[in-house]
Amino acid sequence: MEAVQQIGEKVLGGLSYLGSLTMLAGRSAYFTFIGPFHGKPVRIQRAVSQAMEAGVRALPILSLITFFIGMILALQAAYELRRFGAMSYVASAVALSMTRELGPLITAVIVIGRSGSAFAAEIGTMKVTEEIDALETMAINPVSFLVAPKFVAMILMLPCLTIWANFMGILGGSLFGIWQADFTFTRYITASLDALYLRDVITGLIKSVMFGVTITAVGCQEGFNTGGGAEQVGRSTTKAVVVSIFLVILVDLVFTMLFFFLGSD
Amino acid sequence: MISVRDLRVSYGGGREILHGITFDVQRGETLVILGGSGSGKSTLLRTLVGLEKPTSGEVWIRGKNFAAISEEERDEIRKHLGMSFQGGALFGSMTVGENVALPLREHTKLEESTVEIMVRLKLDQVGLSGFEDFLPSQLSGGMKKRAAVARALAMDPEILFFDEPSAGLDPIIAAGIDQLILELKKAYHMTIIVVTHELASAYLIADRMVLINKGDVVAMGTVQEMQNSKHPKVRQFLDRVPEPAVAQELDYLQMLTEPSTKSGEGRQGKSR
Repeated sequence: MEAVQQIGEKVLGGLSYLGSLTMLAGRSAYFTFIGPFHGKPVRIQRAVSQAMEAGVRALPILSLITFFIGMILALQAAYELRRFGAMSYVASAVALSMTRELGPLITAVIVIGRSGSAFAAEIGTMKVTEEIDALETMAINPVSFLVAPKFVAMILMLPCLTIWANFMGILGGSLFGIWQADFTFTRYITASLDALYLRDVITGLIKSVMFGVTITAVGCQEGFNTGGGAEQVGRSTTKAVVVSIFLVILVDLVFTMLFFFLGSD
Repeated sequence: MISVRDLRVSYGGGREILHGITFDVQRGETLVILGGSGSGKSTLLRTLVGLEKPTSGEVWIRGKNFAAISEEERDEIRKHLGMSFQGGALFGSMTVGENVALPLREHTKLEESTVEIMVRLKLDQVGLSGFEDFLPSQLSGGMKKRAAVARALAMDPEILFFDEPSAGLDPIIAAGIDQLILELKKAYHMTIIVVTHELASAYLIADRMVLINKGDVVAMGTVQEMQNSKHPKVRQFLDRVPEPAVAQELDYLQMLTEPSTKSGEGRQGKSR
């Protein structure tokens, strides 16, 4: 009986957490889309600097990691395809798994590590040093000032980063293709493009937008949840990363299922 | 100017911090809220600026009950309030100048050149001219407090709140902050509310004082009246007599939150 009660409490806790995330995203959407009509302009400057930090500065590490992932995918695919003498399918295997799944997912994981944690740390520190309170007493809404620009930046940057990740992954795969599977670079790229439908890329990008929303909501929510004291900032940063990864995988599952069943009609 | 009526504030779990506070602040006066650690004085200040929601009671500022108005109306009033936080609460990612300019940029449509002039003026007022381009992390504790005051002054507030202005400062720097408060008072006839436990500072800047103990107003009056008071709690605070030793943390917590009145005790019993 006690176990049932505990499970119930956990589920309720999880649901109310999801509720608070949705609320945060909703209020940010309000400040972004409806606020401007009430004379509260969107803070474009802040959104741009966030996009710089979360997006552009992530490019070097993202490129390197997804290039390697592309190579790994090619190696793993070749391991099985080699037995059937079907090495020419390496290109399509890499292209499909990158654009449909690993491109968006790896991008999300890197952005969680770089930006999701940074959001939690930034807002958490501001909470501890009373800067959030200071914003409120200055009649500046913390969600409008801090969170909304982050949502704008992330919703724009994650798909861009994902496209770049897809490209770098295919590039990584091509290295193996040229080296081991008798492709030329042009033929490898053509084979990849032939294997892809626009739908593959689009579903990946839709997922990446949802990942962006999830990461921002969790990072900022954990920041606001920070209690007093510096060690709490560390704790909320860790929690932001763990919860973000879990929720990103969950969102991934839901959307992959959705696309699967919608696509089967 | 400010009127507080039977203000009660509880934190989560039903622990009541303020047990019905009532006082008034006249226009242009400097009121010092005195009290020991955990007396509820900081909670009182936070409630006055709308950072904590009272469980009951009223806070009248500029003719509106701060506790019962919409967020928009509250923000409208907040534009006429300035608050200097204990640690300064300057935004670490912005320069001192940007910190002071922030309320102006957010709430006014002033030209950028005008904003810059205003920032220079405000920083000059607090003795920090030339520090516009410094980051808060490059300033000393006293300078941070001054910069925070400059930011609080940015919108030319009618009421200025200070949370522990001299906390963490050496006596000379702290005296400088007291001097600054006195200057502001003289030059702008601002209504100033200061929360502190520093007696020397309180005697110097206060027109009137309120002593808070365990969430209740113990005494209220001018500096002279307080110094002449026979009330045991006032005497204990002013003469720096220590509390009898407290055996356990829990007792200490109970001591802080337990109301000193009889009626309060009954309520405390029920909430448990």
